[in-house]
Amino acid sequence: MSVRHALLALLSEGPKYGLQLREEFEARTGEVWPLNVGQVYTTLQRLERDGLVESDGDDQAGPQKGFRITAAGAQELTAWLRTPSDLSSPPRDELVMKVLVALRVPGTSVRDVIQVHRRYLVELMQQWTRIKETEVEGSESDVSLGLVVDAELFRLDAVVRWLDAADSRIKRAAAEPVLAEKATAEKATAEKATAEKATGTTQAVPRVRRRLGARK
Amino acid sequence: MSVLEMKRVSRTYGVGAAEVHALHDVDLTVDAGVMVAVMGPSGSGKSTLLTIAGSLEEPSSGEVRVCGEELTKLSRNAKARLRRRSIGYVFQDFNLLPGLTAAENVALPLELDGVSARKARIAALASLDELGLGERAASFPDQLSGGERQRVAIARAVVGERQLLLADEPSGALDSVNGEGVMRLIHAACKRGVAAVVVTHDAQLASWADRVVFLRDGRVTDQTLPAPGPESLLTQGPGQ
Repeated sequence: MSVRHALLALLSEGPKYGLQLREEFEARTGEVWPLNVGQVYTTLQRLERDGLVESDGDDQAGPQKGFRITAAGAQELTAWLRTPSDLSSPPRDELVMKVLVALRVPGTSVRDVIQVHRRYLVELMQQWTRIKETEVEGSESDVSLGLVVDAELFRLDAVVRWLDAADSRIKRAAAEPVLAEKATAEKATAEKATAEKATGTTQAVPRVRRRLGARK
Repeated sequence: MSVLEMKRVSRTYGVGAAEVHALHDVDLTVDAGVMVAVMGPSGSGKSTLLTIAGSLEEPSSGEVRVCGEELTKLSRNAKARLRRRSIGYVFQDFNLLPGLTAAENVALPLELDGVSARKARIAALASLDELGLGERAASFPDQLSGGERQRVAIARAVVGERQLLLADEPSGALDSVNGEGVMRLIHAACKRGVAAVVVTHDAQLASWADRVVFLRDGRVTDQTLPAPGPESLLTQGPGQ
């Protein structure tokens, strides 16, 4: 979450005071991301240092100090909005790690591990949906909250779907012993090759990384 | 009050080596005013559970009560009456009759139950009105959008004094905003006292339910715990 660009966006509507920026930031993000006032002022100082905003000057100290966006700031904001976030290299996802580890720990049911996480995620989604249900319906001012809640729901939903896919992939592999044997043989070869470098548990990740041609 | 009570319900298809356990000792109780979602992969027994709850299919063993009546003890006719009066279905592909208007589709189950055409029409219009479709009452299904068709299907499922609403992937092929609209309507019906069981593989739809039951290989393997209030999310905030 870029507080820096969020503040630039608020200033693009007109000059504002620090406290006002904090209040508007929280209101516009559905009050889901609390922001402390110290964070606002440090960010503003840095923006001013970089020439992206300008202030009334040092004679107006504290909460009475107003801030304006500069031409360079407006340019920076436009460029940021149009730059896709970097999603190219796979993130080091703890849940993915846990499922990979569970596959290898003797006596562990990977499907039970998957279900624990699935239930937790669905419970979280239920909580987010309650917010939508009680606060979003029919009120236009809550569009921002609706957008934030949707973003969370889609993110969690993607994880649940991954768990579902993992579940059926594992089930299918277990039901097809020939494939499973082949996979084990493959795994053994791969293990031999990388035995020195990788620990067993994180092995799949370097493999993915190699295939994607991604850097470390 | 429990509107639906399933106790140790099993359903097997085929015999001998070809025997398949679609459901295995499933317990499920749904009270009035509660929405339960049943989640599971395809082949987990979700749809079988729903057809048994709706008395469209007999369990191989176990007990099913709808509105206090044990289904296995009812005659064919009594079961059909219970289905018409107390149970509403929403299907994935809406299942509206193309030759009938929206109002006629909604009035149909009441008329089949012996309600006079005039009274059935009044109830149908009220139900459509409630779902914001009053103006579309005279339209035929092919004149309605996907979202509107599904709302007609929900109106038909809750018209009259229905107490149990059963929905199988009710958002069908609708986009996520329309899918959410469907869940809001089912949720609203529950607030008026209807008990609902929604079968889905979609976690976003399931998250509208008061309780989510997980089905795997015909067994209930897990269910969600009552959630703490949403305040807990807002005070923590994500990405902190």
